[in-house]
Amino acid sequence: MSAVVDTHGHDGHGHDAHGGGYHGAGGIMRWVTTTNHKDIGTLYLWFSFIMFMTGGAMAMAIRLELFSPGIQFFNPDLFNQFTTMHGLIMLFGAIMPAFVGFANWQIPIMIGAPDMAFARLNNWSFWLLPFAATLLVMSFFTPGGAPGVGWTLYAPLTVQMGMGMDLTIFAVHLLGMSSILGSINIITTILNMRAPGMTMMRLPLFVWTWLITAYLLVAAMPVLAGAVTMTLTDRHFGTSFFNAAGGGDPVLYQHIFWFFGHPEVYIIALPAFGVVSQVLPAFSRKPLFGYASMVYATSAIAILSFIVWAHHMYTVGMPVQGQLFFMYATTLIAIPTGVKVFNWVATMWKGSLTFETPMLFAIGFLFLFTLGGFTGLMLSLVPIDIQLHDTYYVVAHFHYVMVAGALFAAFAGVYFWFPKWTGKMYDETLGQWHFWLTMIFFNMIFFVQHFLGLAGMPRRIPDYPLIFETWNKISSIGAFGFGLTQLLFLYIILKAIRSGEKAPQKPWEGADSLEWTHLPTPVPYHSFETPPVLK
Amino acid sequence: MEHGASTTTRQAHYHVPQPMPWPIMGSFSLFCMALGSVILFNGASAGWTGIALGFMVLLYMMFRWFGDVIRESEGGKYGRWEDLSFRWGMSWFIFSEVMFFAGFFGALFWARVMSVPDLASLEHNTYLWPNFTSHWPSAGPGFEEKFSPMGAWGLPALNTVLLLSSGVTITLAHWGLIANQRGKLLFWQGMTILLGVLFLICQAVEYAHAYSDLNLKLTTGAYGTTFFMLTGFHGFHVTCGAIMLTVIWFRCLSGHFKPEHHFAFEGVAWYWHFVDVVWLGLFIFVYWL
Ligand code: HEM
Ligand SMILES: [Cu+2]
Repeated sequence: MSAVVDTHGHDGHGHDAHGGGYHGAGGIMRWVTTTNHKDIGTLYLWFSFIMFMTGGAMAMAIRLELFSPGIQFFNPDLFNQFTTMHGLIMLFGAIMPAFVGFANWQIPIMIGAPDMAFARLNNWSFWLLPFAATLLVMSFFTPGGAPGVGWTLYAPLTVQMGMGMDLTIFAVHLLGMSSILGSINIITTILNMRAPGMTMMRLPLFVWTWLITAYLLVAAMPVLAGAVTMTLTDRHFGTSFFNAAGGGDPVLYQHIFWFFGHPEVYIIALPAFGVVSQVLPAFSRKPLFGYASMVYATSAIAILSFIVWAHHMYTVGMPVQGQLFFMYATTLIAIPTGVKVFNWVATMWKGSLTFETPMLFAIGFLFLFTLGGFTGLMLSLVPIDIQLHDTYYVVAHFHYVMVAGALFAAFAGVYFWFPKWTGKMYDETLGQWHFWLTMIFFNMIFFVQHFLGLAGMPRRIPDYPLIFETWNKISSIGAFGFGLTQLLFLYIILKAIRSGEKAPQKPWEGADSLEWTHLPTPVPYHSFETPPVLK
Repeated sequence: MEHGASTTTRQAHYHVPQPMPWPIMGSFSLFCMALGSVILFNGASAGWTGIALGFMVLLYMMFRWFGDVIRESEGGKYGRWEDLSFRWGMSWFIFSEVMFFAGFFGALFWARVMSVPDLASLEHNTYLWPNFTSHWPSAGPGFEEKFSPMGAWGLPALNTVLLLSSGVTITLAHWGLIANQRGKLLFWQGMTILLGVLFLICQAVEYAHAYSDLNLKLTTGAYGTTFFMLTGFHGFHVTCGAIMLTVIWFRCLSGHFKPEHHFAFEGVAWYWHFVDVVWLGLFIFVYWL
């Protein structure tokens, strides 16, 4: 009755994270052919970090140009290419793969499964990404350069771009495929691979948020694929989806795009909520407050996210009834989001808190994400948004939710689970430095952008009037600081891998999900080949 | 079905497969095809090389990957637990396909309900296109040539009958499989393939008719765009479905599948029904109404 994994039947219970228990191909072929969820999780995370650096370099270029008014370094066209690629790379290359990496590492060991349900498909989901990224980056080197249309890829501008646009379209197709296959895998794993006794309402919240995210992905990504396919045929085959002379409409593109785009922001936010919902209870030494309401709130957010898309289009010219509908629907989202925020705060209430790096990032998330939620609420109000749309205020809003929200949660997750994955501790002092520098520089970059936006500075323009200079300088200096700080993060990780202290079985006193209670540290290469016994 | 529920009914071993090189080969082939297409679309016929290379690699990869899976399946590696995974996986894959089509149906509705009427509104009539009136089928205000729309009750109606009957024949084949009657299975499965192929032939004739007699082309404004893109993507899915059915037919011929264990058959049948339902939507909204 032993439940062994096929290929590694003979033994396979080594105790260091990598190598031990592994009997397949060696060297690079191990990573290329692997079907192990931990290997694939690691690949996702490293890929994500490389993309984070690539997208980050472009952000530095943008802030460099905006350091002073006037055109300094880049012509406006190249500037636009940077903003476009920065957005696409950060979303599809950095944040999304980071959380898929967490999903790969964590879901099987949190639900007591031997691996993901479709281990080979899992490999494919990952290995589509580097090829897609290559296509994206290649577009810079084609005649006409990368598309300079903004990450939203709006028609009719996209119809006029050079061949870099085509590369981007195919890259989006591959990225979409990867996400769809990945989420089918995640859904199936969660529904079908749970250990006996791991009922749905016992799932760690991280698993729940990923289940719901995966549903958002299978519903939203194909729509994006459709949108860019229409762009492609409008460009090359004379179709009229977005051509008014042919009876089509460029606004149609915006509707289709945002039907994908708004769920996409929750695709990015929900797994972050999940990570934070694991970290806060662990360092408060209290169970998560309102577990069931968290599950329902997450589902409510996911459902609502499909009926609010046109809040990105208030200024496009839609009937006032439409504006009202989308405004009310959008403000509704604040309710389940509020439920979550209050639950997190209540989790910490009267807990015996300690402030290790993961906790710091989680609390940073809590403060700043909430701020981003509030600015979102402001933007959801039509009369205000008409003023603020396409200004730096919007840029500030979404960086509060995506950097201080998603990215902070990703950092929290890395510090939290790193000891479990590798068996090594990171340097706590350096971790705290990383947090505080990130926190300070983040606010330096983005807080002032609220003022710029309120004062009317448009986004996606390489030049600005003199009056905006001071705030822009502060923002740019913050950006360079932020960028450097992330090199510190790389150093912390490399240092911990090379010479970190040995991590105990359960470095965090309050952590109580399966991976902490039922598995040794580091997690063996194959875990839960025999399902754990749960009471 | 009761996984996660009780220890007693659960099979102890979930098949976690070996490392394999096929996935990355698939990525490489898609990369070649993407690059080839970009080059081709931008005017260099050298792009065909990339597409051809990519396609060949893709075919090889599919042969090997599916080959491995079939071998494992026939080797008894997949029990009920894995079977349930396949069911979830296939269902959500089909759901994602539904959403893909939903995007294109959205474009159709948008053109019919929003953009064409709007282009004929007072504002546009005053400033842009004075003579344009709202009607459907329409190729938009900027389109000069005359064209005729595709009628619903000729070939398209026949095609509806063909696809709907193929939905019946595949069910008959399934019953044959469950009753372990190979002859019945092979016959009805063969009929299904035949109906699918007939459908595709009709569609090809219909396209030729559109291009040569009706002056209806992909470039015929919003109508031509939505007509050819929707039916075209559907036709592509029918083609894939027919190939899948054929593979299954050969597997049946070589004695694969058991009455109680044949998810590959069912998955393809689900896919075929999905293609069927999409066609109904097309028939109603593209051809008929
Ligand atoms: C209470 C929750 C939220 C509300 C009410 C909200 C509302 C809005 C509104 C109305 C806009 C459009 C502003 C404009 O373009 O004029 C917007 C933009 C944006 N939001 Fe949010 N939002 C919320 C949460 C989030 C989250 C969680 C994320 C991502 C993790 C996010 C990411 C974005 C992005 C990326 C944009 C800019 C899109 C672009 O134009 O490029 N938002 N938000
Ligand atoms: Cu939105």
